Amino acid sequence: MMIRACGLAVGWGFGVAWLTRVVLSLLLVSIPSLSRGDQPDSGGGSNYEQDLGALVRRAQASAVKIYGAGGGGLVAYQSGFLVSPLGHVATAWSHVLDVEPVVVLDDGRRFPSKIVGFEPRLDLAVLKIEAEELPYLELAPELPELADPILAISNLFGIASGDEPASVMKGAIAAITRLDARRGTFKTPYTGTVLILDLVANNPGAAGGAVIAADGRAVGMLGKELRDASAGVWLNYALPSQVLREAIANIVAGRAVVATDNSLPVLPRERSHNPTTLGLSLIPNVLEITPAFVDRVLPSTPAARADIRADDLILLVGNTRIDSQRTFIETLRRIDRRDPVVLTLQRGPRIVSARLEP
Amino acid sequence: MIRNNAVSLLARVAEALRSPMILAVVCSFGLLTPSVVSFAQETELALDPRIELAESGRIEAIRRAMPATVSIFVPGGGGGGSGVLISPEGYALTNFHVTSPAGSHMRCGLSDGRIYDAVIIGIDPVGDLALIRLLGRDDFPYAEMADSRAARPGQWCLVIGNPFLLATNLQPTVTWGILSGVGRYQYPAGTLLEYADCLQTDASINPGNSGGPLFDASGRLLGIVGRASFEKRGRVNVGVGYAISINQAKNFLGDLHSGRILDHATLGATVSTDTDAGGAQVSNILRSSDAYRRGIRYGHKILEIDGRSVNTANEVQNVLATLPAGWRVPVVYSAAGQRQSTLVRLANLHGYDELLEKMAAALPPPPPTPEQREKPPRPDGEPDAAPAEGENGPAPDLKKQIPGGLPPGHPPVGVPNQELPPEVAKWFEARRGFANYHPNRVKQQELLSVLRSQMKGMWEGEVAKTAQDPPTGDDSPDSARLAWRIEGLTDDADGREVRLWVEDDRYSITVGDLVIESTLRADLAAGVSAGNVSGVLAALDAWRSLLIRGVDGYGECFYRGRVPFLGQRPLRDCLIGVSSDFESSWLMQSDSGRLEAIEVMADRDEDPAELLITWADDVAGHPVGLELRYGTNSMLKLKVTSWVRDSGDLPNQPDAQGGEP
Repeated sequence: MMIRACGLAVGWGFGVAWLTRVVLSLLLVSIPSLSRGDQPDSGGGSNYEQDLGALVRRAQASAVKIYGAGGGGLVAYQSGFLVSPLGHVATAWSHVLDVEPVVVLDDGRRFPSKIVGFEPRLDLAVLKIEAEELPYLELAPELPELADPILAISNLFGIASGDEPASVMKGAIAAITRLDARRGTFKTPYTGTVLILDLVANNPGAAGGAVIAADGRAVGMLGKELRDASAGVWLNYALPSQVLREAIANIVAGRAVVATDNSLPVLPRERSHNPTTLGLSLIPNVLEITPAFVDRVLPSTPAARADIRADDLILLVGNTRIDSQRTFIETLRRIDRRDPVVLTLQRGPRIVSARLEP
Repeated sequence: MIRNNAVSLLARVAEALRSPMILAVVCSFGLLTPSVVSFAQETELALDPRIELAESGRIEAIRRAMPATVSIFVPGGGGGGSGVLISPEGYALTNFHVTSPAGSHMRCGLSDGRIYDAVIIGIDPVGDLALIRLLGRDDFPYAEMADSRAARPGQWCLVIGNPFLLATNLQPTVTWGILSGVGRYQYPAGTLLEYADCLQTDASINPGNSGGPLFDASGRLLGIVGRASFEKRGRVNVGVGYAISINQAKNFLGDLHSGRILDHATLGATVSTDTDAGGAQVSNILRSSDAYRRGIRYGHKILEIDGRSVNTANEVQNVLATLPAGWRVPVVYSAAGQRQSTLVRLANLHGYDELLEKMAAALPPPPPTPEQREKPPRPDGEPDAAPAEGENGPAPDLKKQIPGGLPPGHPPVGVPNQELPPEVAKWFEARRGFANYHPNRVKQQELLSVLRSQMKGMWEGEVAKTAQDPPTGDDSPDSARLAWRIEGLTDDADGREVRLWVEDDRYSITVGDLVIESTLRADLAAGVSAGNVSGVLAALDAWRSLLIRGVDGYGECFYRGRVPFLGQRPLRDCLIGVSSDFESSWLMQSDSGRLEAIEVMADRDEDPAELLITWADDVAGHPVGLELRYGTNSMLKLKVTSWVRDSGDLPNQPDAQGGEP
């Protein structure tokens, strides 16, 4: 009896706390309007609604729709949001970015974009479009608190197109936990802290969407769809801004992973690296952009010593992004074959690093 | 699951606001967060006044909205859905895909715990709307309608309904969320069930919510819930539901009251978005369309339709798809940089038979008979993207199941699929092209009697005794001898004399020196086709004939519903009469019944003659002004000086010059 009653009371406590947070920070963001003595009205035109509407509008204005590669049951669109006035877009690192993606802004303008950086361990990519003076979202440096009310802005199901605003949904932070708490349950390279959302957020096309706190800052980015392999349950989650912030800042500042680095000279063939000097061969290069999948690793070579395996996908050489076998080979041409090569690879859902010593 | 917890927590807190005792028990365990909630006394929960305000607002909205919500069940266990009452007489809106499995009769529960019989009134298969009428009361609770054009993303909203047909205890389910988007477009299943300019919400919408209300934060009706985005997670809420905007429903409501099976509008042109310069550019246009007759051509840009600006092909479709077939709406377009305003009559999206066939093909199989039944009843039966199968897996591919035409054993459209209870049967009349002809028949008689009352002395009974012919002796008036003689002056600087004579097989119009005379109605039809002033005679003859002969003697009459007048709202009641030569429409103010226009159409691909009618303030006696228009051109404007019923001979015309009739 005692235990049951306590359980109930905890429920109440959470309920009231949750409610208070929601009401205080979302419903009534316009406290001044109430303190002016305005007659409150729960109708469509009331002040708190207008202010929530303004919050929604500001957040939508920074949201973008991203169109790229798809097919085979995978949608060819996802979501993103502007993180700088100069056209930097944070989004999820996914198959959609396998071709140069098109970014459509809230006002309907379409831009080709460049992938200026990505962080495979965070499932994060940053795109850049050639535009300026854009509205953008500030990334919260701290984690939100449990039960914080949030809005999720995304182009889930591709509902919006052109200048239609992205979809907005309301919810709360249901839990803050680690994704690898149950190892092997979710197939994702990201294993760090996640925000579990009380909100059916992670639908097709929602990945890369922004999770907004009541103060208008982004507290997270919606992740790719994840399903519990054993229970079949779909996870509703976001990667915290706190985790993404530094990586995004580094990419925006040009300190991190970059597209092909052309500043180093191309070395003569006999002095530079190539797949053979590393001791690996790639899958047949039959496409215009064939991914750099390892086909075979020869014994007693740098690759073998670094435990490179067949089917590993090469993502980075040093800080240079590898989007195809051609880029991989071109990048190796700029590295002296007496120097070590640092590779970042995707092995199944995991991201691994390897240093190949000649 | 998490969402359900949150909602139930809210409900519990809301309940607690009214049950301090329960909270006091909870409080005594001391587990509530003290910094958030404190207690002034052991028995009272002192909430932040702002929370209390917001919560009491929500409670009030639910209290207001709940009684109008209808839980619909198909008799015989064939499924069901939701609906919402919109008038004290029991008229309720729901989805076409909810009523279609039921045919003409449904059982409806309200939250007061009572069950009412309901009869189908009208259906709009393209827009997935249906109007039903709950029977047995004239004081039903009903929802107040909001202006859904004013809705914005982020506004709080409520969905109340019958998800998973849970409301077997007649207590509907409340879910709460925000508007996620407005002005959304969702592709049709085939060409039916197209959701244009619809509202998107994250309030939970599940199978069985179909047809139910989406309310704004104060409990006013914003839309009719109808479908949701489902993909791989099964047919349950994934945070994306759609509602037909209540403004679209308002456009169709008058027509739904006619009992007809409604169609949607098309411009008769296709548009594409000009990606370079922007704008919706005409890429194809039918020469037979009214848009073409009004001057719209290939390459022109459409700027506004029905008062709404359109910049892309999507926006054009988003506006058009919310308009009923046949409406005449203002269109603004630009031709070679010149901005032009005009009125365009929108065409039907479907051919008459085509719509009925598509509708039949979209119908789910008939409800199983008790011995056939294996599965529990399904909440509603929408194909494709809409709620249908509940937790029983994906919806069956209806098109595969029913290869065109009515499924075997399914009753013809608009015919009751079961023996109607006598109380329902008297409100129902089957007829091809109608969901229910009964309301149409009633409305025809009502409008006829209003039309007749406006022209007292001009049509009734036998011919005046001054006539030489003997009285016919029965009740039917000798209309051949009943003539209208109308005199007046043209309403322009010249002030030319105008004389009109309208009698069966004797028609004449004199305008200054111009005289047109005829003894054949077919000549009038030719005059309308030619766009000449004899269109006045055609309209007056139709009017006179309708008043004398009534809706049953005129030809084929039906109440069409409500349409704009000269492209403008408020909508006017529209009665249609089809005779061998013309299709005529009478447009009447819906509140006063004042007749404002008669349109006479000789050919669907031509402009009708349009006679605008003005009355003295009290609508007594006869009109004081007439104006004949074709398209947007005024042909003749007339101040009436005398309008008498006559049975004498046609007065001689001075030097009659037979104009081309």
